[in-house]
Amino acid sequence: MTILQSLEGAQLGKLLRNGMSLDDYRNGILARSAETGHYNGIKTLEFKERDPIGYERIFSKVRAGLVNSREVAKKIAASPIVEQEGELCFTLYNVAGDCVATSTGIIIHVGTMGAAIKYMIQNNWELNPGINDGDMFTNNDCQTGNVHPCDIATIVPIFFEGHLVAWVGGVTHVIDTGAVGPGSMSNGQIQRFGDGLQITCRKTGVNDTPLRDWLHESQRNVRTVKYWILDEKTRIAGTHMIREMVQETIADEGIEAWEQFSLEVIEDGRRGLVSRIKAMTIPGTIKTVAFVDVPYTHPDVNVPSPFAKIDTIMHAPCEITVKPDATWRLDFEGCSRWGWHTYNANPTAFTSGIWVMMTQSLVPTERINDGARYATQFRLPKGTWTNPDDRRTAHADAWHFLVSSWSSLWRAISRSYFGRGYLEEVNSGNSNPCNWLQGGGINQDGEIHAVNSFETAACGTGACAMKDGLNNAAAIWNPEGDMGDIEIWELAEPLLYLGRTQKTNSGGYGKYRGGLGFETLRMVWGSHDWTMFFMGNGYMNSDWGLMGGYPAATGYRFEAHNTGLLDRIKEGKSIPLGEDLNPDDREWEKHLGPDAEVKRDKQCITTEAIFENGDLYLNYLRGGPGFGDPLDRTHAKIQEDLNENYVLPEFAKKIYGVVYTQDNEGVYTVDSEKTSARQAEIKEERKARSVPVREWMETERAKILDLDASPQVQQMFASSFALSEPFLNEFKTFWDLPADWDLKESSLGIPMFGSDVTMDISEMPDCKPVIMTEE
Amino acid sequence: MSTYTKKQVHDLVEGTLDWDSVHKMLSMPKDKERYSLYMEVLQDKATYDHKIILALGPHLNLVEKTDGGDIVAMCDCGHDFGDYKNNWKLGANIYVRDTAEKMDEVYPRLMAPDTTWQVYREYSCPSCGSMLDIEAPTPWYPVMHDFQPDLKTFFEWLELPAPAKI
Ligand SMILES: [Zn+2]
Repeated sequence: MTILQSLEGAQLGKLLRNGMSLDDYRNGILARSAETGHYNGIKTLEFKERDPIGYERIFSKVRAGLVNSREVAKKIAASPIVEQEGELCFTLYNVAGDCVATSTGIIIHVGTMGAAIKYMIQNNWELNPGINDGDMFTNNDCQTGNVHPCDIATIVPIFFEGHLVAWVGGVTHVIDTGAVGPGSMSNGQIQRFGDGLQITCRKTGVNDTPLRDWLHESQRNVRTVKYWILDEKTRIAGTHMIREMVQETIADEGIEAWEQFSLEVIEDGRRGLVSRIKAMTIPGTIKTVAFVDVPYTHPDVNVPSPFAKIDTIMHAPCEITVKPDATWRLDFEGCSRWGWHTYNANPTAFTSGIWVMMTQSLVPTERINDGARYATQFRLPKGTWTNPDDRRTAHADAWHFLVSSWSSLWRAISRSYFGRGYLEEVNSGNSNPCNWLQGGGINQDGEIHAVNSFETAACGTGACAMKDGLNNAAAIWNPEGDMGDIEIWELAEPLLYLGRTQKTNSGGYGKYRGGLGFETLRMVWGSHDWTMFFMGNGYMNSDWGLMGGYPAATGYRFEAHNTGLLDRIKEGKSIPLGEDLNPDDREWEKHLGPDAEVKRDKQCITTEAIFENGDLYLNYLRGGPGFGDPLDRTHAKIQEDLNENYVLPEFAKKIYGVVYTQDNEGVYTVDSEKTSARQAEIKEERKARSVPVREWMETERAKILDLDASPQVQQMFASSFALSEPFLNEFKTFWDLPADWDLKESSLGIPMFGSDVTMDISEMPDCKPVIMTEE
Repeated sequence: MSTYTKKQVHDLVEGTLDWDSVHKMLSMPKDKERYSLYMEVLQDKATYDHKIILALGPHLNLVEKTDGGDIVAMCDCGHDFGDYKNNWKLGANIYVRDTAEKMDEVYPRLMAPDTTWQVYREYSCPSCGSMLDIEAPTPWYPVMHDFQPDLKTFFEWLELPAPAKI
């Protein structure tokens, strides 16, 4: 069948067994869910109660099929992001686009691919381009629910005896989408127009065959063609395996059973979240907040538009209300505006991502599906970075803001776990998983190439309330993260490893310390016309500590050019190896040639800089925050920290008050008695240097009245005030400011493009965006 | 559903619980009676007689006072931060790290925030000097009121009698 034939044959109401159009059918589900508080109005789990074994049999087949398909399909990919790091995920949806079950992996895409299916339903893809057995649709549009353009989704409708019975989606994180900056999470561009290839639910295959125009067009729009092709084959193979599995399951169990299951399982998921909330949390209100830096005035940030050259701060306050009926509401009133950078998010990315985190604590179950969303109310005010009101926004590194804001949610919900005694679930927050090593040019094989290291998948985790965080272990967006093998990265990148080691002093201090990050020192080798850049937090950290623990260390940048290293290697002289123990000591510089140009500073976001062979790049992956007063840390643990290089001795003395001896071999022994005495002194010093909070508030209030703060701090507040009168009023009430006090962006003397006039995607002709949150 | 002994909950609080038990706690459905065992363990450690009803941190609890039944936030040392509905931080002491020199005491300069972007606000007990919380916001940021529990509903969920003055 050709596309034209399928279009002529298309007719509303032919797809479903019940004769309804997809849109009418989905609207019915939404109405019944809103009316009853139960998914699709399902008040009793009739199938599960009548035939629990049959119900579980379908669930097990589906879940096992999803997980198995992911494992098999993964082997097809060549990209280390997919093959090593497991940045892929397969999800099964009912005909309305609500998730029934998902595989392991980057499960944020439960929501993003669901949003794409809903977009196709709502915008009448049923008539044009038509939905047929054997079709493939591709989506990576950030205004159709995707997180960032590099997550490419292949969506396949599943038919049984001529009718649509389900959808399956597969997503991989590709290395490059042809954005202005090479790499998948780049930041040279500041608008959608430059953020890489964007595909809006396009029909890219018929009769199980990718269309030739799609193949030609997509491949020439990205840098890393080989990886792109194999990633697509991975997604197609996985979705087709799952389609077959679902069709076999339906043949075995009957179509009626499948239809009932595919609805009931979502209500089951909704109830699952409610029961976990009731079992683990404390009703009431938890307030939290997160920030991260966007330092764009620095000369090493080169962007095409002058209005983007400003320093700003992401602001993400959140009020979590756990209600008496054990549903919950997350309200992000007060967030700062979207901006001219690639860190904007959209509501689906924001809310779906939260499930990635919650599956690691609140719902650690294979039964995560769209039911959890139906038990949750999200409010993401329009115009904020969580829900931009302008169709020009860029999203390539939405994660810079997302992970930063989620860290505070983890901290917040941990207060609940701690209060009830579930100390094992407490997490002080996650590290900001960065730096993102990226760049491109001609690689060691003479091919056009881009790199995007996923060593970030193994950052430090936050401290727990009964143990330290894990060192170089995980990332919030992929609970099964892995740092990847050096040998594989060296094949994928023209960058040799001069060292890879745990990052001393990167975890936040506390009774339990945050997990350490790690650092790798890379030397450019075998490249031509090569650039690289940095992407992470530097002037700020986005985590805090919890209940007396310290935030993790912030990032810093180290790059070195004209190093003389290639000569030094030939001459057998020393070269920088191993770790940058205390970055303030500048040890590595002692092993470089006399003309080396070193950049060692807090500017952790840069755009493409030229790197010659022999140049150096430090990839510093961050640590996690700490828990509890550091003075409560056991002396044995402090001794271990010293001997394992987890902490610099200077800071062990200052923070933990440790007194130690060191033997000839450098082994530390803590003097417990003297340490206890010193710790008692520190408590007295704390009392002596601190002031009552109300006294300090008077001095801080005076600073506000004097407008005594940096431009970026003032911009952050002004942008939140402009979008949120409640936040402005709360601020004024707290600081007891005059009734007419205000702070306007227009008073700051910096360009504020986008603060007054915007144009939303909903204003596009014939476009009905999918809205699943309160605005 | 798994159940645990008071000894196991005690060891959990002390950070000495064996990994097998911790793993079981993580992987099995939650034990509803944990709350009561936890409160007993905390009460045994307390230097005061007021009844602990909720833990806000390793050194900070909500207690129902023996004299009159008011519910207040209280430090391990007995320092009374007042009514539980108010933000205990407003009664704490604070030390703000708002210069590079003050940050030098906690991190190497390249690993510390730039204080024109972010400061550390260390809240400690005025009586005993315990570190109760550290905030890391921008300058000017209002003090966070972290947690306002709905105690009435909480005790309904627990199916336990609620303190009178909630
Ligand atoms: Zn105290």
